[in-house]
Amino acid sequence: MVTTNTEIAYNSKIEGEVIVSRMDSVINWIRTNSMWPMPMGLACCAIELMGTASSRFDIARFGAEVMRFSPRQSDCMIVAGTVTYKMASAVRRIYDQMAEPKWVIAMGACASSGGMYRSYATLQGVDRIVPVDVYISGCPPRPEALLDALMKLQAKVRLERSATNLRRA
Amino acid sequence: MSATVDVLAVLKEKFPSATPRPSLDLPAVNLPVGDVPAALKFLRDEQGFDFLVDLTAIDWAEGVAPRFTVVYHLLSTVRHDYIRVATDCPSDESPAVASVVSLWAGANWHEREVYDMFGITFTGHPDLRRILMWDGYPYFPLRKEFPLAGIDTPLPDAEIMAETGARVIAAPMAGGPFVAAPGEINLTEAEPRAKDESWNERRAKPDA
Ligand code: SF4
Repeated sequence: MVTTNTEIAYNSKIEGEVIVSRMDSVINWIRTNSMWPMPMGLACCAIELMGTASSRFDIARFGAEVMRFSPRQSDCMIVAGTVTYKMASAVRRIYDQMAEPKWVIAMGACASSGGMYRSYATLQGVDRIVPVDVYISGCPPRPEALLDALMKLQAKVRLERSATNLRRA
Repeated sequence: MSATVDVLAVLKEKFPSATPRPSLDLPAVNLPVGDVPAALKFLRDEQGFDFLVDLTAIDWAEGVAPRFTVVYHLLSTVRHDYIRVATDCPSDESPAVASVVSLWAGANWHEREVYDMFGITFTGHPDLRRILMWDGYPYFPLRKEFPLAGIDTPLPDAEIMAETGARVIAAPMAGGPFVAAPGEINLTEAEPRAKDESWNERRAKPDA
């Protein structure tokens, strides 16, 4: 673009109320900062998820405080706890009901790998039934670890080619 | 303890088929399966054992006869005393005892759990379905011959199995069951872990 403007930064006198950016970064900026979680709290890790949502750790600082109990309103499923085979079908069904784009965080040893439950009743890792974006180690992980996972997920979403994907969809 | 001796004696008098059961803690008694409902009703109504604390079962392993024993733990909130009643299931292939849901409504889920885990049916139960495993699961997981890791079976939901390709698999044991070390002062050492790490998914378990 040829322009006489030699200023590097945004100059309101010259550009008025116009900000030039890329579609991808605008869409990703919106998505990353209001990532509403679907709290799939299945066991003890869910307590830590609640702790992360409360005032001491305050997941609201990262725009993810609106826990949605309807899959249709949520963007990111946080699988917090032990997934039994009996529950696995429900987890997958809820995942299917979430609108695109959607992401999954496997919180804790159980959700990531079955954890210490090497048994006949426990799904050995939720990634067997849903695609997982971020895994968190720990039993249970500390709230800081969940916040870190959320930031990692945001960093991942920031690199997505959202506009291209939109056009394709 | 006098109350304890009393109830066993009284029970023996009323039900001559009752035999004493070796016990380290509570007073305990063995009863033939046919006498159990009447004896429990007697204990509840006339001896004050008004609270069914637990209802469970024992699998003495394949080949042992009788194989299955159903155990009732009763508490008297009046006498502040416990009693344990045990009964052997007459059949090892299709074990069955009478349901006590009509005596204690709380027995309902206990009996469903025993049915789910051991395959013991409770005749007269109003709604004898599996409670922990899903309907249609082909095994009884707490039976002695069932491996802890489980047995390969289809997922409960056929649609989801087709969609994801996942199955109920035998869990990789990676060096034996994961257990914690109780009483360990060093908490890192006490963490649940495979106690025998000489084998894992990639390296087979050494022979004996
Ligand atoms: S990882 Fe640990 S804390 Fe989390 S659900 Fe499993 S057992 Fe509970």
